Amino acid sequence: MWDYVKLVVLGVIAVLAAIAANYAHDLAYMVNAIVVMLAAALTFLWVLRSMGEPVAASANEYNDGVVRAGVIATAFWGVVGFLVGVVIAFQLAFPALNIPGIEGILNFGRLRPLHTSAVIFAFGGNGLICTAFYVVQRTSAARLWGGGLAWFVFWGWQLMVVLAATSYVLGGTQSKEYAETVWYIDWWIVVVWLSFLAVFLGTLINRKEPHIYVANWFYLAFIITVAMLHVVNNVALPVSILSSKSVPAWAGVQDAMIQWWYGHNAVGFFLTAGFLGMMYYFVPKQAERPIYSYKLSIIHFWALIFMYIWAGPHHLHFTALPDWAQTLGMVFSVMLWMPSWGGMINGLMTLSGAWDKLRTDPVIRMMVVAIGFYGMSTFEGPMMSIKAVNSLSHYTDWTIGHVHSGALGWNGMITFGALYFLTPRLWNRERLYSLSLVSWHFWLATIGIVLYAASMWVSGIMEGLMWREVDANGFLVNAFADTVAAKFPMNVVRGVGGLLFLSGAIIMCYNLWMTVRAMPAKASAPAAVPAE
Amino acid sequence: MELYSFLRHFADSWMLILMVALILGVVLYTFRPGSRSLHDDAANSIFRNDRRPAPAGAGAGSRNTKEA
Repeated sequence: MWDYVKLVVLGVIAVLAAIAANYAHDLAYMVNAIVVMLAAALTFLWVLRSMGEPVAASANEYNDGVVRAGVIATAFWGVVGFLVGVVIAFQLAFPALNIPGIEGILNFGRLRPLHTSAVIFAFGGNGLICTAFYVVQRTSAARLWGGGLAWFVFWGWQLMVVLAATSYVLGGTQSKEYAETVWYIDWWIVVVWLSFLAVFLGTLINRKEPHIYVANWFYLAFIITVAMLHVVNNVALPVSILSSKSVPAWAGVQDAMIQWWYGHNAVGFFLTAGFLGMMYYFVPKQAERPIYSYKLSIIHFWALIFMYIWAGPHHLHFTALPDWAQTLGMVFSVMLWMPSWGGMINGLMTLSGAWDKLRTDPVIRMMVVAIGFYGMSTFEGPMMSIKAVNSLSHYTDWTIGHVHSGALGWNGMITFGALYFLTPRLWNRERLYSLSLVSWHFWLATIGIVLYAASMWVSGIMEGLMWREVDANGFLVNAFADTVAAKFPMNVVRGVGGLLFLSGAIIMCYNLWMTVRAMPAKASAPAAVPAE
Repeated sequence: MELYSFLRHFADSWMLILMVALILGVVLYTFRPGSRSLHDDAANSIFRNDRRPAPAGAGAGSRNTKEA
């Protein structure tokens, strides 16, 4: 019966999407409608073919299939996102790479949101979803709640990524940073995200452990807060049901403030709280020692939750935003330094008494460097939020360098660590294919980040100084184009750094692939336990 | 008083006190006597149930021993 309902719904969606594609007002909408039609048709066929098959769900096993799919998607989107990043880095250094003919589709302006969304939402999002599903099952000692709902979350998220990517390159955007997705994709995100929340909460409610482990607090805060931010920032009235254009509900400085309330907390809850969930599970697991201080982790959590949400106005220093709001944002950003470093110390000190693992285990080395970058960028961020510093750093490459030391160093490295941890366990392999390849990945990625961050510091501070330089009569010395010309060598170094980081990720994919393909399966569990 | 000013004053007086009291309460509660064994147990919970869920009979409150 349920399958028939699904078939009817999918069929109706496919037909409506086909009609919408026919009457579409713009190209981005039309291509998106075709993608929806294909996705609904494929799902229709899949449901039709698997009808009547017995459901083999067992409460006695974890649902690891969806985590395995998530690991593959994370690695795949990671490489795609890094590749687009390298392309646009070289487009900035060599504008000729904005190739005539495909200008308007594959030029910097169109590819840049594709890069940011690919790394944040496709790579980071898949990494967060799959590790959340892994961690919540293990720490609750319960199977994922909701049966196939977890698979809906997985495929729904991939559909969102494909819709967003095809929309961006064809000009579909609402021009809000990290929230470029147009209105119908925003609605789809809400559906998928609430399903994610339901699966996560349902599993927590079914838990067999008395206490909810702290990693789950971070994951839950990440899921709930992102839902709230996303909904409020994307309240908009579509121009037409057949158009990708919409008009935001807020205007002027209110819109700017809500956008950066969203934008900074996308950093705070998507890229920080969620990944801290990873840190609090995978670092102790890989080190085979409990977290250094559980009390500190609780305080870290609450301090972060109480403070992060206020930090957004530091993106709007010296704008039309009221002065008190700017100062508030600055003060909370500076206060955030303390909980952030508390968390960093907690992660690092988990290794106390086992520091030799840094020498012998490249996976833990990766995680420790990630925590190091977390500490570094959570020091740099508060510093840059101070108005005096911000007057130099704002709108320069320094900001881009800061974002990348956080994203590549912290988010990237901790996710790589989690993937190296998960792959042998999920595919039941004895160990990773090659530890020396992990070391190669580690060094390529680390050197890549150092090149990236250092060149952007130099470039950003130079830009800031050139922009404010005045001669004896009070006239500006440099035109904007002068700074662009002066940045050329730093832009090349940045591209090279990105290339190194990308090569490391490709080596990781090969290593994970060979782990699954070539390594012997782990010796089976005792006979009394049913095989998977 | 207009709504904006009212909210402004409320936010930086009573609401601020409430928020500070809440976070201080959370921090103090974390250090309450007797919390150490609970926290140690929670910190070690990641080393249990690695391969499969706890048996159906076990509810929240019962813990199985570490798996081989």
